[in-house]
Amino acid sequence: MGPLAVNEIISENTNLLLAFIIGIGFGFVLEQSGFSSSRKLAGVFYGYDTVVLKVFFTAAITAMLGLLFFSLFGWIDLDLVYVNPTYLTSAIVGGIIMGVGFIMGGYCPGTSFCGASIGKIDAMVFVGGLFIGVIIFGAGYGIWEKMYMAKFLGFPKVSTALGLSDGIFALILIIVALGMFWVAEWAEKKFPKAEY
Amino acid sequence: MNETKVIKKTKYLNPYVGGVLLGLVLLAANFVAGRGLGASGAIKSAVVSAYTAVAPVTSEASGFVREFRESHQGNPLKTWLVFEMLGVIVGGFISGAIAGRLKLKVEHFPGITSRKRLILAFGGGILFGFGSQIGRGCTSGSALSGMAVLSLGGFITMMAIFGTAFAFAYLFRKNWI
Repeated sequence: MGPLAVNEIISENTNLLLAFIIGIGFGFVLEQSGFSSSRKLAGVFYGYDTVVLKVFFTAAITAMLGLLFFSLFGWIDLDLVYVNPTYLTSAIVGGIIMGVGFIMGGYCPGTSFCGASIGKIDAMVFVGGLFIGVIIFGAGYGIWEKMYMAKFLGFPKVSTALGLSDGIFALILIIVALGMFWVAEWAEKKFPKAEY
Repeated sequence: MNETKVIKKTKYLNPYVGGVLLGLVLLAANFVAGRGLGASGAIKSAVVSAYTAVAPVTSEASGFVREFRESHQGNPLKTWLVFEMLGVIVGGFISGAIAGRLKLKVEHFPGITSRKRLILAFGGGILFGFGSQIGRGCTSGSALSGMAVLSLGGFITMMAIFGTAFAFAYLFRKNWI
């Protein structure tokens, strides 16, 4: 059955309409969870507010388990679901640059749009910066193309890379996440909560 | 004072409930479109569109445009992520309206000025925008969505983003605490 668009069960235009509706859900949940506030987001790096860690890992695990169950029920063909490619060098270099941008700007792209949607001027300025950053990447593409394309490993799964089945890896990830949630709850008690 | 603090705190959704809901949205994206959520990809679409309109094909950016075109046909603005991000703006606005959080303001730690906050936000945005292109996606598209489909690259990018932000937290602490 799924993915609906890939199996041409729904038309391209229906797919785009659903993208818009899914986006509404995405923006709504981000805002409801407090991701429209840079001070709440940055809190995870100082321990005073760990909402990012809790929401992020709960979401990743929910979606991961959902996909595994859907596959088990025959509702979705996981071979047709896009798995992000792994370019080792750029995954690390890009992640490092994004990490600095995160602690400096207090937002990531999705959350900055969310913050901008409720009137946060700092989020709007962050969005402006995002455009400049992408324009710079495009303008100098030839300069970093080699690094961008380096160490292509295909589309490996982390479970395969570790020699584990998807199910066992999922179980380990859940246990690790529970451990992190415990640390997060402890940190929030230890570090003074800022008022904002 | 204490009372207002409690009210403020409970205005946001419980983070674990929020996480489950976000996970279900991500699951829906995969079920419908066979791909996860994203954010920076929509900006890329807009920039490719702008380059196509103004920059000559001989410019450095032509490689960037070509790379995008290899995986996207037709109008670069008529893509899944562009429609999804338009939805994000609407969804965020609806949530803010319901919660009474619609307000034009510069949010910052009281220890720094609005001006400094805006400069840091702009600089952070540039870095994040640039990094998201190098990393083939941001926290949404590469880290979160990548993790859900167990992509090795997604896990690596996630660890690099959060690891670096933690590593640099001390350096930037005066802006936040």
